[in-house]
Amino acid sequence: MFISLVAVIVLGAIAWMGGATPGLQYLFGIVLPMIAVVVFLAGFIWRIMDWAKSPVPFSIPTTGGQQRSLDWIKPARLDSPYTKTGTVGRMLLEVLLFRSLFRNTKAELRNGPRLVYWSSKWLWLFALLFHYCFLVVFIRHFRFFLDPVPVAIGMMETVDGIMQIGVPRLFMSGVILFGALLFLLMRRLCDQKLRYISLPNDYFPLLLLIGLVGSGLCLRYIGKADIATIKEMTMGIATLSPHIPALPISPLFYVHLGFLSTLLIVFPFSKLMHMGGIFLSPTRNLPNNTRAVHHTNPWNPPKTYRTYAEYENDFRDLMDEAGLPLEITPEQAAAKE
Amino acid sequence: MYNAKYIWPGIVIFIVLFSMPFWMNTGQEQYTRPQLALPAGEKECVEPAEWMRANHMQLLNTWRDMALREEQRVYVSSSGKQWEVSLQNTCMKCHSNYVEFCDKCHVSNSVSPYCWDCHVLPKGNQ
Ligand code: HEC
Ligand code: HEC
Ligand code: HEC
Repeated sequence: MFISLVAVIVLGAIAWMGGATPGLQYLFGIVLPMIAVVVFLAGFIWRIMDWAKSPVPFSIPTTGGQQRSLDWIKPARLDSPYTKTGTVGRMLLEVLLFRSLFRNTKAELRNGPRLVYWSSKWLWLFALLFHYCFLVVFIRHFRFFLDPVPVAIGMMETVDGIMQIGVPRLFMSGVILFGALLFLLMRRLCDQKLRYISLPNDYFPLLLLIGLVGSGLCLRYIGKADIATIKEMTMGIATLSPHIPALPISPLFYVHLGFLSTLLIVFPFSKLMHMGGIFLSPTRNLPNNTRAVHHTNPWNPPKTYRTYAEYENDFRDLMDEAGLPLEITPEQAAAKE
Repeated sequence: MYNAKYIWPGIVIFIVLFSMPFWMNTGQEQYTRPQLALPAGEKECVEPAEWMRANHMQLLNTWRDMALREEQRVYVSSSGKQWEVSLQNTCMKCHSNYVEFCDKCHVSNSVSPYCWDCHVLPKGNQ
């Protein structure tokens, strides 16, 4: 926890210094983000390729329901999918609604030695809020990279700011995103069992995202950056003709950008790769039909078979001499030739 | 590689989505900052222009609260000058060319203030 916290603070401080030093702005504002984008794309593809090259020796779908068996036993089509459609349906629900988190349970000792399991939906709720708000915020940011800004983004902003709180209008997604991140962090810190199994690489992405979202909120509502000038810079990157605008930009923006670049660089090599990995999880993407379809282990060497007929052909005369029963006697074999 | 028929489309979709800003902008003219029509005959804004660029919306918010909640209709700027607290009578009197000033910058940055649901937009394009 503290290693990650220190790492994030140091990163932020470096980016702030980079943004505040005119000579380093090109490095931190343009070179670093461009490198980050390349590392992100290349690293992502590399990881996917790596997974795609790994054979799946066994059919190992995790199941949460009755497997298809006799006709009069009702199968769980989604929790123990038997067909391709069922598997795709299960994947969609998993990716879009986090169905397996919905089943999260919590074990607790109550009234002394009584162990109670109960359904805990908080993780599911906040994980869902986090991911969808992140998506909204991510899409809204395209207003900095596209010109003219697509109508859809304007509509999204209208809906997102429909509460018309404050000026500039408060976008709900950003605030919920920040709240959800704080919940996810507190969950790790307050639950002793979870805290025990949490590693720096669990805390680092969380704290980095908190830094990223926090600096973003600051830029919009508190520290106020000059958005028109920032757009000049981001459009420069998007059109591959990067330049640092003549008008000054707040160093806080460089902190925001520094966190983003770190996120992009770290992404392919961290647990955040579950974004691509979920699609390649054999526990999810295989149908549970092991009793009907043989799953071939791809790394088994090709088998060589020797049939009994071939065996008899080789040893017919010897077997005949020994008086063993034969399917084709030497006379029949000779007649055939 | 296993399951290539699923992996390749997946990778292509991923790249297309995440490189969108780069290919959506090809073939377009170089993006330039919107050219604003600054008020003729005036030299300075309520506050320094650099500060205004980033903070004008918050200033308007303060002004609204000043005028309507605190009944204070005079704003003293950082340079000590006094201004009447009014969206229409102060800001829009100087920046009377709404379309070529406020709107131009807002459209380019996808900002759509809802203030004009009630407040009267200056019509003049002088
Ligand atoms: C240099 C470009 C620029 C100019 C010129 C400009 N604005 Fe803005 N304005 C912005 C930006 C950028 C935002 C969005 C701020 C944000 O997202 O943090 C904004 C936001 C606003 C908002 C808040 C909108 C909301 O609901 O979120 C109001 C109100 C506003 N401007 C009024 C004006 C008025 C009135 C003028 C003309 C006198 C004007 N602006 C001129 C760039 C500009
Ligand atoms: C006395 C006339 C006057 C008034 C009143 C006035 N402005 Fe200005 N404004 C100017 C001038 C002149 C400039 C250009 C200053 C410069 O470039 O140094 C300017 C610049 C700006 C800019 C920066 C534009 C840019 O990108 O260069 C914004 C935003 C702005 N004004 C908004 C407002 C808002 C909002 C109000 C009301 C609170 C307001 N102005 C009131 C005259 C005025
Ligand atoms: C629901 C209608 C409505 C909306 C939307 C609205 N206003 Fe107002 N505004 C009013 C009314 C009514 C007054 C009172 C006028 C008075 O008493 O002088 C006022 C007064 C003000 C004043 C001070 C007095 C003056 O003459 O300007 C400011 C500044 C102001 N509004 C800014 C804004 C800004 C900025 C927005 C957009 C973010 C906005 N308003 C949106 C209705 C509205």
